[in-house]
Amino acid sequence: MQPLLPEPSTRLSQQPVPRSVIFRERLIEAGLFFAAISSILITLGILGILLYESSDFFRNVSLGEFLTSTVWTPTFENPQFGILPLVAGTLVTTVVALLVALPVGTIVAVYLSEYAPFALREILKPMLELLSAVPTVVYGYFALLFVTPLLRQFLPGLEQFNMLSAGIIMGIMIIPYVSSLSEDAMRAVPMLLREGSYALGANRFTTAFRVVYPAALSGIGAAYILGISRAVGETMIVAIAAGGQPKFTLNPTEGAATITGYIVAVCQGDVEHGSTAYQAIFAAGLLLFVVTLLFNLAGYWLRKRFREAY
Amino acid sequence: MPQTVAPTATAPAVESLKAQAIDLNFWYGSKHALKGINLSFPENKVTALIGPSGCGKSTLLRCFNRMHDLYPGNRYQGQLLLQPSGCNIIAPTTDPVEMRMRISMVFQKPNPFPKSIFENVAFGLRLRGISKPAVLRERVEEALRFAALWDETKDRLHQSAYNLSGGQQQRLCIARALASEPEIVLFDEPTSALDPMATSRIEDLIYSLRNRVTILLVTHNMQQAARVSDYTAFMYLGELIEVNETAKMFHMPTQRLTEEYISGHFG
Ligand SMILES: Nc1ncnc2c1ncn2[C@@H]1O[C@H](COP(=O)(O)OP(=O)(O)OP(=O)(O)O)[C@@H](O)[C@H]1O
Ligand SMILES: [Mg+2]
Repeated sequence: MQPLLPEPSTRLSQQPVPRSVIFRERLIEAGLFFAAISSILITLGILGILLYESSDFFRNVSLGEFLTSTVWTPTFENPQFGILPLVAGTLVTTVVALLVALPVGTIVAVYLSEYAPFALREILKPMLELLSAVPTVVYGYFALLFVTPLLRQFLPGLEQFNMLSAGIIMGIMIIPYVSSLSEDAMRAVPMLLREGSYALGANRFTTAFRVVYPAALSGIGAAYILGISRAVGETMIVAIAAGGQPKFTLNPTEGAATITGYIVAVCQGDVEHGSTAYQAIFAAGLLLFVVTLLFNLAGYWLRKRFREAY
Repeated sequence: MPQTVAPTATAPAVESLKAQAIDLNFWYGSKHALKGINLSFPENKVTALIGPSGCGKSTLLRCFNRMHDLYPGNRYQGQLLLQPSGCNIIAPTTDPVEMRMRISMVFQKPNPFPKSIFENVAFGLRLRGISKPAVLRERVEEALRFAALWDETKDRLHQSAYNLSGGQQQRLCIARALASEPEIVLFDEPTSALDPMATSRIEDLIYSLRNRVTILLVTHNMQQAARVSDYTAFMYLGELIEVNETAKMFHMPTQRLTEEYISGHFG
């Protein structure tokens, strides 16, 4: 007797898969692979150009001088190429910014995720995210024209152009980057874990900081690293509020220039193409690249360590 | 219907009561989830709560440690007395944190904290102001021994609790709940996420804890209720239908609904 329907298994094996289907699958696979590989290729391309262009620079200036000299005067009659003043400027403004952004961002995230009633959170969150929508030029002039005069009432020694105001304002700009991602990470922590903590007699504060925070640590770590990268890469605020004069100092009340600030200044200025001062921006860019990479690696390592140290 | 069952009928006079629900009602917003519950919980006994899904077993259990306070819109009414002091657990003037300090809970799914095995058990102790390392070590060991987990974990107390198997994690949660020497331990389907081996270890554990602490056990598994409990209460649609000694309950239920449920006709 003829069966009404063939066995499902034989039906599958009897019908050959059409060529067009195979081709389409291959095409999709290739497309996805290309998308995945393109970001790596672009990164490698940038690194390659930086290395290639800065090799000219390092023919004129030794790596030793570049990394240890404390004077950066590329456009002077007798130029000197010590990157340390720019590194110091970047470091100080970044540290000041992070001292503002990480604690405040974390507290905001804890408040929004663990304390704020639903309605309030829905209002506060978009408002907070507006902070990062303000153009950085506006922040720069705000730091220069409002924060610096304000701080001078308490710190008479504060220079007109200083890293303190720039760093504080930069930190405020970064708060939403930190708080938004941290809050997402904390809200993803299952309610069951919070109930476990409350059921043992913990209050909200203990539950938030001793249970939810560690449970969300890998996401919060990612938020912190984004904040750090954002601070290291920020140009405009510091260029405006800290003055842009390279100066080797770790004192935040003085002015300084940053690595990114120098790159912008050269690109906009009248430095001759092919001159050593022009090539220097690639060396500076390379250093920035390495620093950011180190931060990311450090963050990755920290997160792994933290997770295993429970 | 609950009026047909007199709570005193089930609890022999020789036993003291640990807790007592008197005309207990509960609402999730407008959803009336517990309807006039009258039920007594004898001290140092295991009372099982059974009934079809959605009948309010978890809701009743979670009144004891005021878990419902964590969410807006929930409302209690009536009395849930903690004996011998007679304080009303659900009264607005009662501090929920104090109740949670005295009544601990084991959840349906294991929920260890992202900390070491040691710190998981020590969590509740630290909350109670115990911080001396020697005392903590002693109490943690004691709790892990109670939970039959000490031998498996004594060499890796400082590893993440997430490295344990599901059954071990659930026993860790039991250890965590026992460490602070609670007066009542609430178990909400503690074995529903576990395989038969892990389940039977936890049942043994609950059985061994009788006479030491008052236990409320919510379960879907009637054999489990029969194996480990002294008393069984059957709930249906937010009402208490019947409560009796477990052996009597399973052999000669007095209510038709109970009989139908026990014989597997619904639920
Ligand atoms: N947060 C809530 N909001 C509104 N209604 C709820 C909520 N939680 C539970 N309910 C309802 O209350 C009733 C009792 O729920 P409960 O969780 O106590 O049932 P249960 O007996 O524990 O069921 P199960 O055996 O499935 O766990 C159910 O009808 C449920 O739909
Ligand atoms: Mg339930």
